[in-house]
Amino acid sequence: MSWPALYTQLVGANRHATSLGKIWLSVLFIFRVMVLVVAAESVWGDEQSDFTCNTLQPGCENVCYDQFFPVSHIRLWCLQLVFVSTPTLLVAMYVAYRNHRDKRKLLQVAGFLSAKGQDEELETLKKRRLPIAGALWWTYACSLVFRLLFEAGFMYALYVVYDGFQMPRLVQCDQWPCPNLVDCFISRPTEKTIFTVFMATTSSICMVLNVAELVYLVIKLIDRVEKKLIKTLSF
Amino acid sequence: MPLTPPAEPDPEPKMNWASFYAVISGVNRHSTGIGRIWLSVLFIFRILVLVVAAESVWGDEKSGFTCNTQQPGCNSVCYDHFFPISHIRLWALQLILVSTPALLVAMHVAHRRHVDKRLYKLSGRSNPKDLEQIKTQKMKITGALWWTYVISLLFRIIFEVTFMYVFYMIYPGYKMIRLVKCDSYPCPNTVDCFVSRPTEKTVFTVFMLAVSGVCILLNIAEVVFLLGKACSKHLHNAGDSTMGAWIQQKLSSF
Repeated sequence: MSWPALYTQLVGANRHATSLGKIWLSVLFIFRVMVLVVAAESVWGDEQSDFTCNTLQPGCENVCYDQFFPVSHIRLWCLQLVFVSTPTLLVAMYVAYRNHRDKRKLLQVAGFLSAKGQDEELETLKKRRLPIAGALWWTYACSLVFRLLFEAGFMYALYVVYDGFQMPRLVQCDQWPCPNLVDCFISRPTEKTIFTVFMATTSSICMVLNVAELVYLVIKLIDRVEKKLIKTLSF
Repeated sequence: MPLTPPAEPDPEPKMNWASFYAVISGVNRHSTGIGRIWLSVLFIFRILVLVVAAESVWGDEKSGFTCNTQQPGCNSVCYDHFFPISHIRLWALQLILVSTPALLVAMHVAHRRHVDKRLYKLSGRSNPKDLEQIKTQKMKITGALWWTYVISLLFRIIFEVTFMYVFYMIYPGYKMIRLVKCDSYPCPNTVDCFVSRPTEKTVFTVFMLAVSGVCILLNIAEVVFLLGKACSKHLHNAGDSTMGAWIQQKLSSF
């Protein structure tokens, strides 16, 4: 299981997404997953081996690293990307359930068709694109809300754990077994700050896209309800 | 455009550049000839060279950065002071940002196909053969697609130039120096620090910048070509119709 496998899963589920949803998926994979794998992982690659403390005391570096970096940025981002991608699978599950239900109905009704005719009908059932209405609308809207919550949650967690998005050059540590107060130096702090800000920015862009998609869905719903009302009133 | 990447010991990052290639080269079908050349130059002379060669040159940039001191932390701090962001990361970001305007074109083509499908269905031609034909048909670069294409080219040029400028701001002169002098805390006084593989880095920096320049020229040539095509088409049409009819025709092609 790897990023490309996740991508294949999401692209399959994305067939029923709106255009904004498709843009969101591209932004997610190109500006976040790709940048994470291709660039950010090598910046954080030596984060522990190059974390140096001004002491010869064994164990002090390990303890100080653990105190200042409870969870690495890279792991937080990987978790964020995995969590943020999974609500789309809710939609895929619902679509699979609908297809299964409609297939059963079809097989009951179209028993008089030849085997070839039945196969063709099943193929059209699989390939059709469901309109985002009714229960699918609610599933989709819920998945968007969950996405927003996960994005915001992880960004907040990163901000709280690391006191902002900036990586300091020097931290002072006095955990046992370090003797008194010891200076510890972080490797590549500027590059890490640049990538943290970049990932936070793309995360915000994704949140804005999700909010826009939610607003669009609500407008579509209002539109549909209006049309229905007009239809019933005109009779 | 067939491209077989060489075997690499670590499959994960290569997989992503390869899948990125699959995404971007899908747009190739709707590009001009110059656009296809640009894409090949991008993938062969920039991404491939980055992954296969440049990454190993910069691989030991931090571990090989040595300062003439035993003061712990001085190495890290001096490295951070002189290399706020590594060349490799800048190039990776540049390549990603420069390739993405092509997706604007892909989105527009998908939108047009969707509209055509709807029109076909409304006009009664909804058999699977016709719908398949819409998918495989090559879109002509006219009307709104022309504008999307030209805007994507302009964005490409802007991103390329911006990155070259950022590069020049962070690393003035494009040359990698052998020795830097550092006096940030906690280094005692001024300390000599030595950069690893400076000549090899200079060679690759100059190579990547030269190819970047070539790509900018290809993009400019493509813009000029598209403008020329559009102008000649309108002159040809204006030859046998009045100005009003020309405007009407331009509007109807959008």
